[in-house]
Amino acid sequence: MLEIKNLHVKLEEEDKQILKGVNLTVEPGKVHAIMGPNGSGKSTLSYVLSGKEGYEVTEGSASLGGEELLDMEAEERAAAGLFLAFQYPVEIPGVGNMTFLRTAVNAQRKARGEDEMSAGEFLKVIRAKAKTLKIDADMLKRPVNVGFSGGEKKRNEILQMAMLEPKMCILDETDSGLDVDAMKLVSEGVNALRDEGRGFLVITHYQRLLDHIKPDVVHIMADGRIIKTGGPELALEVENNGYADILAEVA
Amino acid sequence: MAAPKKMLQIKQDTTQARLSSMTLPDGATWAQDARKAALARVEIMGLPHGRDEYWKFTKPDTLVQAAAPKAATFDGGEAPLWDHIDRLKIVFVDGVFDADASDDLSLEGVTIERLSDVMQKDIHWAKEQYGVLEQRGQEVVERPLAALNTAFATDGIVVHATGKVSKPINIMYLHKSDSSDVMLHHCIKLDEGADLTLLETGPAAARLNKSMEVEIADHAGFHHVRVQGRDHERRAVTGIFTRLGTESTFKSFTLTMNGVLTRNECVIELTGDDAKATVAGACVGDGADFHHDDTVFITHDAVNCESRQVFKKVLRNGATGVFQGKILVKADAQKTDGYQISQSLLLDGDSQFLAKPELEIYADDVICSHGSTTGAIDEEALFYLRSRGVPEAEATDLLVLAFLAEALEEIEDEALAEAMLDRLEGWLARRAS
Ligand SMILES: Nc1ncnc2c1ncn2[C@@H]1O[C@H](COP(=O)(O)OP(=O)(O)OP(=O)(O)O)[C@@H](O)[C@H]1O
Ligand SMILES: [Mg+2]
Repeated sequence: MLEIKNLHVKLEEEDKQILKGVNLTVEPGKVHAIMGPNGSGKSTLSYVLSGKEGYEVTEGSASLGGEELLDMEAEERAAAGLFLAFQYPVEIPGVGNMTFLRTAVNAQRKARGEDEMSAGEFLKVIRAKAKTLKIDADMLKRPVNVGFSGGEKKRNEILQMAMLEPKMCILDETDSGLDVDAMKLVSEGVNALRDEGRGFLVITHYQRLLDHIKPDVVHIMADGRIIKTGGPELALEVENNGYADILAEVA
Repeated sequence: MAAPKKMLQIKQDTTQARLSSMTLPDGATWAQDARKAALARVEIMGLPHGRDEYWKFTKPDTLVQAAAPKAATFDGGEAPLWDHIDRLKIVFVDGVFDADASDDLSLEGVTIERLSDVMQKDIHWAKEQYGVLEQRGQEVVERPLAALNTAFATDGIVVHATGKVSKPINIMYLHKSDSSDVMLHHCIKLDEGADLTLLETGPAAARLNKSMEVEIADHAGFHHVRVQGRDHERRAVTGIFTRLGTESTFKSFTLTMNGVLTRNECVIELTGDDAKATVAGACVGDGADFHHDDTVFITHDAVNCESRQVFKKVLRNGATGVFQGKILVKADAQKTDGYQISQSLLLDGDSQFLAKPELEIYADDVICSHGSTTGAIDEEALFYLRSRGVPEAEATDLLVLAFLAEALEEIEDEALAEAMLDRLEGWLARRAS
C-alpha cells in the first residue's frame, strides 16, 4: 500500500535536514503506529507524504499502491487515496464545513472519473456519519473548524476521513486534546473504517489510543529515522520507560 | 465649499475644454436655477486633476476629458439578474429611459417619475432636493463631477416613497452604443416611515456619470443593492448623496466586476439621532486594465448613530483597487459608533491596493474603529483544502468567496445576497484554468 524508501527531506528555505532516511511499508489492512520524541520528524513525514510545500526531498521515494506519490500535487494524492488527519486542523473562516466537504468529495470523485454525489445523497450520508461521531448539525453549518474546540476539530478530521473513504489514512496525533469519551468515539470511527483494503499510519505519543486502535506494527522514530520496529508491546515499553532505553540501544 | 483658490492652469484648461461644448438643458425656472448654480460650482472647483487630494490614486483624465473613450458593448448572454424576484423594472438604454421596455411605473406607496418630465414642472418637490444634497456633499470634500452631473444630467428617475413599497424597484441599464457618454441623475425621497428597496443592474454606457440623491426622513429605510457587471471597458463615476433622519436606515451594497475605471463615491450625513448607515462593497478585478475605487465620506452629526463601511476587493493579474474612506464625527455627535474595514486579497504580486482610511473626531464619547489590510491567499488553508482533494484553482476560489463573504453579509435580503454569490461564482468559474 504505502511504501517509503530511504526518504531524505530538508527544509526548502534553510539548510536543515529533517528526515534522514525513512524506510516504512504499510500493507493493506494493517495499522502501523509511529511514536517518537517531540521534533523527531513525525509530522514532517506526514506533510511530505501529503504534498505540503516548503520541503525538499533530497533522496528516496514514496509510493501509494504502486503510484509515485512525490511527483503528484496534493490534490492528486488525495484523489489517489491518501488522507492526513492533521495534528493542527486549519480554521477557514467563510467556508462552510458542509460546502467544503461536498466540494472535496466531488472533486475526488471527478478526478477518479466517478459520478458526483448529489446534494441529497451527500446530506443523507454526512448526517448519518456525523451522528456517530456526535457532530451536531450546527457544527456542519459553521465555517471549517472556526470556533471548534480542540476535540471537535479532531472529530471533524475523522468525519472528513469517513466521508472521503481513503485507501491510506495517516492520523497525526488525533488523540491529543480528546477527552476520554471523545477518544472512544474517534477510535470507533477509525475502527469502523478498518478493512482489508485500507492501511493506517497512526502517529501518537500515548499507548491509550493504541488500546482502542490496535496496531499491527509499532515504529519508533528519532532524529528523522525509524530506529526500531516491533509489535504492540513496543508501545507499552515506551509508555512505561520512555525513549531513553531505546535511544541508548541503537546509539 | 472651500473659498475659491487659485486653480492650476491645466485644471482651468481641461474644465473649459469640457464645458465649452456643453449647453445646459432647458426646463422650469427652479430647474434652470439649480443647473446654473451647479455649473458655477464646477467652474469654481474645476474638474478633478491627478494632483487633487482625493484623486491621487485614481487618474480622472478619461472621466474629465471632453471626448469619452469608446467602450465595447458586451453581451454576456446571462439571464437577467433577479428574474425570479418580483420587482418593478425601469429600463435605461444608453442613459435614455425606455418606456416600452419598462414596467408601468405605478406602484403602491411610491410615485415614480422621469427626471426630464419633472424638470419641466413649475411646482415639484424635487426643487427642494435636486442638487441640494450634492451641494451639501461638496462642503466636506469637493466632488466636481457630481456638480457637473447636476448641471447637465437630462434623465433619471424621481422617486417619492410615502409608505412601505411593496416590491423593489430595479433600474436596469443597457449599454448598446460603444460611444455613449451619459449623465444620469436620480432623486429619491422617503417620507417618514417609508421603506424602499432599489436595485441597479447592468452596464449603463461607455462613459457614465451618475448621481443619486437620497433624502431619508425619520424612521424610513432605504435599501440599495447594485451590480456593476461585465462590460470590461466601462468608465464610470457614480455618487450617492444621502441624508438620514432620526432612527432611519440606509443600506447600500455594490458588487463590482470588471471595468477599466469605476469610481463609486458615497457621501452620507447622519443628521437625526439613532440613525444607521451601512455602505458595503465586494469587488473582483482581473488584469492590469482593471481599476476600481471606493470613496466614502460619512459625517456623524447626531447622537447615537451607527455607521458601517465594509469593503472587500480581490485583485489579480495586475489589477488595482482603491479605498478612501473617512468618518467625520462632529462635536455634538456623542455615542457615535463608526466602523470601517477595507481589505484586499491580492492573488499575485502585480496587483495593488491603495487605501486611505481617515478618522476625524470632535466628540469625546464615541467608538470608532478602522482597519485596512492587504493580504495574500492563506497558504495553510489552501493546503488543507488541497489535501482533501480540492484542486488548487477551486480551492483558491473557495477562499476568495470566503474572503468576500463578510461584505456580502451586509446584504439583508437573502435572495438578493444569493444572487450576488451566483454572479461571483460565475465570474470565478469563467476564469478557471
Ligand atoms: N517549516 C519548518 N520550519 C522550521 N523548522 C521546522 C519546520 N518544519 C519542521 N521543522 C522542524 O523539524 C523538526 C521535526 O518537526 P516535526 O513537526 O516533524 O516533529 P514531530 O515529530 O511531529 O514532533 P511532535 O511530536 O512535537 O509533534 C522539528 O525540529 C521542527 O522544529
Ligand atoms: Mg507532530
